[in-house]
Amino acid sequence: MVTGDWIDVGALVEIPLRGARTIKAANGEEIAIFRTAGNKLYALANRCPHKQGHLSQGIVHGEAVTCPLHNWRISLVTGEALGDDEGCVPTIPARVDAGRILVSRMAMMATLAA
Amino acid sequence: MLAPSSRERLVVIGNGMAGCRAVEEILARDADRYAVTIFGAEPYVNYNRIMLSPVLAGEKSFDDIVINTAEWYADNGIELVAGDPVIAVDRAERTVTSQSGRTVDYDRLLIATGSDPFIIPVPGKDLPGVISFRDMKDVDTMLAAAGQGGDAVVIGGGLLGLEAAHGLSLRGMKVTVIHLMPTLMERQLDEAAGWLLKTELESRGQTILTGADTAEIFGDGKVEGVRLKDGTEIPASLVVMAVGIRPSTALARKAGLAVGRGIQVDDHMVTSDPAVLAVGECVEHDGNVYGLVAPLWEMCRALADGLVAEPTGYRGSVTSTKLKVSGIDVFSAGDFSGGEGAEDIVLRDASRGVYKRVVLREDKVVGAVLYGDTADGGWYFDLLRKNEDVSEIRDVLIFGQAFAQGGGRADPKAAVAALSDDAEICGCNGVSKGQVVASIQGGACSLDAVRATCKASASCGSCTGLVETILALTLGDDVESGPRTICKCSSFTHDDVRREIVAQHMRSIPEVMQKLHWTTPDGCSSCRPALNYYLLCALPGDYVDDQQSRFVNERLHANIQKDGTYSVVPRMWGGLTNPRELRAIADVVEKYNAPMVKVTGGQRLDIFGIRKDDLPAVWADLNAAGMVSGHAYGKALRTVKTCVGSEWCRFGTQDSTGLGVRTEKMTWGSWMPHKFKIAVSGCPRNCAEATIKDFGIVCVDSGYELHVGGNGGIKVRATDFLCKVSTEQQALDYCGAFIQLYREEAWYLERTAPWIERVGIEHIRRRIVDDEVGREALTSRFLYSQSFSQEDPWAERAAGKDREQHAHLGEFRPLEILAAE
Ligand code: SRM
Ligand SMILES: Cc1cc2nc3c(=O)[nH]c(=O)nc-3n(C[C@H](O)[C@H](O)[C@H](O)COP(=O)(O)OP(=O)(O)OC[C@H]3O[C@@H](n4cnc5c(N)ncnc54)[C@H](O)[C@@H]3O)c2cc1C
Ligand code: SF4
Ligand code: FES
Repeated sequence: MVTGDWIDVGALVEIPLRGARTIKAANGEEIAIFRTAGNKLYALANRCPHKQGHLSQGIVHGEAVTCPLHNWRISLVTGEALGDDEGCVPTIPARVDAGRILVSRMAMMATLAA
Repeated sequence: MLAPSSRERLVVIGNGMAGCRAVEEILARDADRYAVTIFGAEPYVNYNRIMLSPVLAGEKSFDDIVINTAEWYADNGIELVAGDPVIAVDRAERTVTSQSGRTVDYDRLLIATGSDPFIIPVPGKDLPGVISFRDMKDVDTMLAAAGQGGDAVVIGGGLLGLEAAHGLSLRGMKVTVIHLMPTLMERQLDEAAGWLLKTELESRGQTILTGADTAEIFGDGKVEGVRLKDGTEIPASLVVMAVGIRPSTALARKAGLAVGRGIQVDDHMVTSDPAVLAVGECVEHDGNVYGLVAPLWEMCRALADGLVAEPTGYRGSVTSTKLKVSGIDVFSAGDFSGGEGAEDIVLRDASRGVYKRVVLREDKVVGAVLYGDTADGGWYFDLLRKNEDVSEIRDVLIFGQAFAQGGGRADPKAAVAALSDDAEICGCNGVSKGQVVASIQGGACSLDAVRATCKASASCGSCTGLVETILALTLGDDVESGPRTICKCSSFTHDDVRREIVAQHMRSIPEVMQKLHWTTPDGCSSCRPALNYYLLCALPGDYVDDQQSRFVNERLHANIQKDGTYSVVPRMWGGLTNPRELRAIADVVEKYNAPMVKVTGGQRLDIFGIRKDDLPAVWADLNAAGMVSGHAYGKALRTVKTCVGSEWCRFGTQDSTGLGVRTEKMTWGSWMPHKFKIAVSGCPRNCAEATIKDFGIVCVDSGYELHVGGNGGIKVRATDFLCKVSTEQQALDYCGAFIQLYREEAWYLERTAPWIERVGIEHIRRRIVDDEVGREALTSRFLYSQSFSQEDPWAERAAGKDREQHAHLGEFRPLEILAAE
């Protein structure tokens, strides 16, 4: 379902707490949607700025995810690598409304095109 | 003064908290401006809705919670039409009409219809005995039901649901709370506080089911129970739905006003029609709707200012929440979910059941969650709303207002230095500051040494920070840094954590974090997998694994590759295989287009390039040929390598292949601190490389030599010789005992080689070789734990368990991209 710029991509309960699920695009790219222990929702391109690791498979802690490939920690809020590492992954506005996950379509397209 | 008849006519729809407060605010500014008529659907004068919870709990009566009595309406010339809801608004004619047919003109209309409880659309929702918790009528229904005793189910573990559950349980009902989310009050509390709350409510006799989804409410003519999606049935003569509220907008929508989530208003609470205002929970201001009273007070002030005084304007509200359950103090405010640049300050005091968390951003308080000690809630909320810079008091902020402002001592070191010698430092062991200083001056130069000599910080550990400060004060730079803590989230070592989990019978990760004073709300990627393992090891069969605390490979039961695909290694017992298995592997390689299949260094086959979504199907095919997971991905038993042995080999002394298979059958599936490899060689030529394995068996004529602690890999270490045994059964028993000792004592991610270097081979010999009773106990603990872990995880997944792990949440279709371009 599409309302304005927001696309409904599923129900919040479908993402485990401290976990992530992915949205697959036609060009093979993926968007990872994270749900934190504080029940916040974030959407990021599913590729680590280091070597394209699938961030959706990392361990989520606080407002960050640890990449499963080489343990970079990525901020879910800004997409930037934390600590000594440098790099940034595109973020996409996402929010929850009445238990549904809404993701910004424009930002999603911009990310997928990048 | 205007005669009442010539006044403008103000009609208010909704005799609730916002409607009446708005009228009060208007009267306070100009008592003569309007002739007021208030319509109320409920047959009562205006009462304090939030106090319905204390009424239900028996702490207050209805009379206690009345805000405005009948005299107030009379004294102010207000006409109250109670028990008669408005059913239509005619904006062209400027009239409203009530259910009983009464029509009244207005010059100004104020809509304050509040909210409607949200009813989840499940079968049985309309059965008698299913109610919501919103007004006095609901309370009366609950009291009547409670009078009969029996079981009640409350659907919804938010503020309202928990208050209803509390009241009903005090009134003698057996209450079960069903909550869809994994933690209670998830919108107000973080996981740690939610866990404390759940534990407390359970200890009061309520049953709390989290992660529980209601499938239907059943009953013949009246409610008899609730069935969950997982099939569980809970009997109930009363079901209270408290899953949320929706702004009550039907009337406004019908009247053609602009309505989004709520009735849309500007900063002066004016709707899309300048003659119509709206206030309270029914409105949407700047995209926000509210469900608490504090914002309503601010709205009512802005409304009255705009209508009869200098317009000031409403700018939205920050809210805070308190749970009104006697004896449980919970407070939450602002945004506690952190974020970039956000800093968490966490204080946990397990002995008092206290958890406090303050979230800062750019030296300002942006959120707070308090459990057990909410005395400073108001202060934090004040700092938050005033956006005050707290950098000066940052270090002591978490100790509360009294401490932070006490004598300008913002430096925690100074605060500790100022403590008198008889001030108590360690509550558990009754140790004073003087005693800690004396033991440091007596030579205890590290935290561990202090713990060992005077027992301070040796029990619950909540005074660890204080003891460290005293160490620093007493010794300056001479403090010895203690053993490595488990990670930055804790001041405890791996050994401390393991010991306390067992000693205090801890059962979950949030419990460990609370009782051991974790300084982060939900840990990190280092400590969470470790805690998950320690609990699993301590509570075989009982502990429910936390998937989100597992590294991806263990969560997906396959090895992630650099391109995001996975490799799959089925078990080949002792390195043996047969045509059926080989054929099944060949078929999988072709069917799923695996780009590579390879013989591993562990004597089995590895299939590469499998997509996450195909994994369950691949496993189903391998299962069908009798193969199970090889755990090539796990901190677990990997392979048991064997050589040819006495069956075929001209040098073989014993059946090394057979023993290898039997060893693997006994040990597979076991979770360990790190990966674990075994090998069995048939003679000292040692073709299976048993002397660089975690556990190696070298067969000789007279029996079996057992070797431990070998490692290939990064730092090669040859095994230590443990002992020689004479039968296969002994070899197996010693193997089980050794694995269990390693499972119980090593630190997470410590392989047997560094573990043995740390504790010494003598320690292992004493426990396994010299202590027969101890060894037997270890073996039987291992076998007990194995009785729960030898389920093939692949078979479960192939059968559909955790299906969401392998599927995308959704797809973004090209048409939508094209359409939008
Ligand atoms: C597949 C295999 C290589 C092969 O094709 O032969 C392999 C592949 C990997 N090894 Fe290995 N190791 C393999 C046998 C070995 C061996 C030989 C053995 O077991 O006899 C060793 C040396 C012996 C030892 O462990 O002491 C070995 C020492 C390592 C190490 C270093 C361990 C150490 O303690 O220093 C790592 C890194 C680690 O575990 O942290 C490692 C890690 C890995 C990982 C799991 C890397 C990773 O985390 O992704 C590789 C997974 C690839 C994949 O996706 O399948 N692998 N690895 C072998 C699988 C055996 C099996 O059937 O399960
Ligand atoms: C049990 C309970 C506990 C709560 N505890 C707290 C708490 O601790 N802290 C807190 O901040 N908030 C709490 N709240 C929320 C708080 O009560 C509400 O935020 C507040 O009452 C909202 O005020 P309102 O005037 O917008 O709506 P209401 O108080 O609901 O008033 C709306 C009134 O309009 C009437 N009405 C609706 N439609 C019509 C119509 N067509 N014609 C005539 N009348 C109509 C309704 O019957 C109702 O009486 C609690 C709520 C409940 C139910
Ligand atoms: S060397 Fe020994 S163990 Fe190896 S194959 Fe020959 S007999 Fe068997
Ligand atoms: S790809 Fe993410 S850390 Fe290397």
